[in-house]
Formats: sequence, C-alpha cells, structure tokens
Amino acid sequence: MIKFENVVKRFGRRTVLDDISFEVVKGEVFVIVGPSGTGKSVALKHMVRLLSPTSGTVWLNDVAVSRADGLELQQAREQFGYLFQGGALLGWMTVAENVALPLEEKTAMSQEEIARRVAEVLEMVGLEDDGDKLPSEISGGMQKRAGLARAIVCNPDIVLYDEPTSGLDPVTSRTIDRLIKHLNTTLGVTSIVVTHDLHSALSIGHRIAMLHGGKVIEIAPPEEFIKSTHPEVIQFLEAQFITKTWRKDINV
Amino acid sequence: MITRDPIDVPYTTNPLLSLWYTVAVGAQDVGRATLLIVQSLAGVRRLFSKRGRPAFVEQLYTVGIASLPLITIVALFIGMILALQTGLELRRFNQEIFIGSAVMVSMLREMGPLMSALILTACVGSAMAAQIGTMTVNDEIAALEMLAIDPVRFLMTPRIWALVIMTPLLSFYTCVVGVIGGGVVGYTQLNIQWVQYFDIAIDFARERDLYVGLLKAVIYGIVIAGVACYEGFTAAQGAVGVGRATRSSVVKSFLLILILGYFVTRGFYNG
Repeated sequence: MIKFENVVKRFGRRTVLDDISFEVVKGEVFVIVGPSGTGKSVALKHMVRLLSPTSGTVWLNDVAVSRADGLELQQAREQFGYLFQGGALLGWMTVAENVALPLEEKTAMSQEEIARRVAEVLEMVGLEDDGDKLPSEISGGMQKRAGLARAIVCNPDIVLYDEPTSGLDPVTSRTIDRLIKHLNTTLGVTSIVVTHDLHSALSIGHRIAMLHGGKVIEIAPPEEFIKSTHPEVIQFLEAQFITKTWRKDINV
Repeated sequence: MITRDPIDVPYTTNPLLSLWYTVAVGAQDVGRATLLIVQSLAGVRRLFSKRGRPAFVEQLYTVGIASLPLITIVALFIGMILALQTGLELRRFNQEIFIGSAVMVSMLREMGPLMSALILTACVGSAMAAQIGTMTVNDEIAALEMLAIDPVRFLMTPRIWALVIMTPLLSFYTCVVGVIGGGVVGYTQLNIQWVQYFDIAIDFARERDLYVGLLKAVIYGIVIAGVACYEGFTAAQGAVGVGRATRSSVVKSFLLILILGYFVTRGFYNG
C-alpha cells in the first residue's frame, strides 16, 4: 500500500533518511520506533509529501506520492488522516469547529449531520464535553485527542499518527492505543504510528520498524521484535524496561 | 502546495557562487510570492460564500476599523507638520495662504497612500506574518493541506482582498484628516482663515492626483498582504523563525512600498 523505495533525505549536509526501504501493507498497524532525531516524523511526512525525498520514491499504491502534485497529490492526501505531534488545531476555532472543518469544507453534509458526526468522534476520543472550548483552554493531551478526532472525522483509509501518546498520562495513552486498534479492527484503517512508547508499540503494532541513524535496522512483528539481537534494539528495549518484564514473560 | 522542504542553499566559500545562490534564492522567493498573490486574488469567489464571508468581514474590520485611531493621529500630525514647514517657508514671501495647496497635493499624491501603507505594514502586515508564521511552525498549515483545504484561499484570500479594499479607503481618509490637520495649523499659527485655506486646497485638488494615489494604495495593499503571507508561509525553526518572518515582512514591505511608489509616480508624472 505504502512503499518506501531507497529513500534518502538530506537537510543541507545532514542525512536524515539514509537509503531506507520498507512497505506498509493494507490493514496493518505499522509502528516506527527509534530515538529522537532519527527521522521517524520525517519518514511520516514523506508519505503525504509534506517533505520530498532527496532521492528514491514513496509509493501509495501505484501513485508516486513523492513526485505527485496538484490534483493527484490532493486525491492521494484525501485517503489520509494525519495526527500531528502538537495536534495542530486552529487556535481561533473551538474544538468542535476544528473537528467539523474538513466536513464543512469538503463535503455537502448538512449542519445536523456534521454536528452528529463531530459529537460521535469527540466521544470516541473522550472529549464529548469539551467541544465548545478553544484549544488554548484545554491541555496538551486534550489538544492531541482533538487533533485525532479531526484526523478520523472523514473516515480516512490510512491514519498517520505522529507521537500519539507522548505527553499523555498512562490511562489516556492506553485509551488512544485502544482507539487506534479499534479503528484498525472494526474499520480496517491502515495505521502508521511513530512513537517512542514501546509499550504502546508492542501492544498495538502488527509490525514494528526501528529507525536508527537514518536507517531501518529492524522490521518485525512485536513478538520477534523483542527477541531481536540487534544491539541498538536491545538497548532501546532495555531503556524502557522491556527486557526484564516482557522478555521474561515470553521466555526469551 | 504550501508546505515544502526548506530551501537548501549549498555551503560555499566562493564569493561569486555565494552571490549566485543568493540571487537564485531571491528570484525563487519573488516567483513563489507572485504566484501566491495571483492565486489568492483569484480565489475572490470564496469571499462571497457562506463559509468565507465571516473571515473576510473580520479581516475588513481588522484592517480598516481597528487601524482607524492610529491612522487618524498620524494623518493629523502629518498634515500639521506639512502645513507648518511649508507655511514657515512661504511666509518669507508672504505666500503662506497657499499652504492649503501644498498640503492637499502632497497628501493626495504621496503622503496619503504612503503613510497609510506604512501604518498598515507595521500594524496589520506584521501581525499577519506572525500569525501565519506561528501556524506554519505549529504544523497548522500542513494540517490544512492534509485536510485538502487550500491554505492560500482559506487564509490569504480574505487578507489580501481586505487590504486591497481598505488601503485606498484609508488612504483617502488619511488625505482628508491630513488636510484638516494642515487647516488647524494654518488657522492657529499662520492666521489663515478656514474658508481661505479650504478654498485654495480644493482648487488645487486634481482628480488625477486622487486616482493615482488610490492606485498606489491598491498596489501597496497587495504588497503588504502578499509579503506578510509569503513570509508567514515560509517561516521555519520555531519562535525564532516567526520573529524573523515578521521582521522580514516589515522590512521588505517598507522597501517595496518606497520603490514601487517611486515608479508609479515616475509613470504618471514624468514631465
């Protein structure tokens, strides 16, 4: 569905993505993990051409998104929902108006239908009582959840999550995890999640890719990922206390 | 497509190559800004739509009504300064009665559009650049693009049209207030009667001066909104980038207003 083919991305003299290739298949939850500054969010932005590769190609089905422009790019982007790191809500609109924005701008739905759909997605993310608040009146975590509501309100085929649980309390983080899983299992939404949170990655991901130094050093399902013998992966797992708990449980 | 990779200028120690890169990036900037201006002006239909009208009305208020107090004070004092300076010189030849003409012609031809444009650049243009710049660095512009909402029509069209409409109106208002300011100085310090002052001022007012002044104001309005929005859309690197975009927007608008003002004057008053 989404395929990275020898993608290289340089900013000036700094190489952020160094010849990476992988494929995300339809209907899976694909998680990208790795330390800060390894290019996880940069890779995510390449999927919708918010950034373009220095060389290589990013494919969405048979469309080369990395070269698409105009209508072709717009049509490709319409298949996506994108949860940005900070939520990226428009500051002068209430939470409900932010969530309703894509429906008002892109669809012919009536105001009642829009209001119903907005209430539905706000309830999914636990913000049913906060629709009339401005982004500045809610916490960072709530802004992120509102951003998620806006990302899924148009029922996209693919949702890109950029650090969906960072800065959230553990309970809310697991709620978001369950929501990602729910969207995937009930609606078949393909999800690509960029996260530091390995607990989240291991519980929701069908496959986990680890980026390090601009390269993909491991791609595996969770049960194999934690058995990885790659020193960087082991270090990453140990840093989040995965080894002593999870690995022991599955007799690694 | 607004969200793009940052422009990558290759590092070089060769001064000629460095100059070439600067010129190339500058040309690219001018091309992209011009394209944005054309696209935003072409989106005029959005202003009459149910969704676009409230944003347009809000911009008209921000540009026009909210700037009125400052423009009134500046215009009044500009008129007073003009009257005083010219009056003191003309008095040496017993011709101070003609300050009305000097103030009227200066305000209509240059000072009206110029002063209103400079005030709008400082008050409105800088705020536009800061707001759009903050939206850019917070990924809000990218989010709009991901929602298949065109940021140019959504954000820039109401702003540029508000300035295109309001700058000439404010320019005319500046002229009127400036001429009144000149009259106050004439009456209080140069012993010129109100009626005499206004008779001479109106005698010297030419329709052509008014139209050229209004044309300048329209051009200035496009420049202020175009530069501010472009600088905002291309802001990068967090708060520092927003500050840089705001400063750059004010500096570039000031320079363009002066340079374009000269060429329009040259075009219409070339002897």
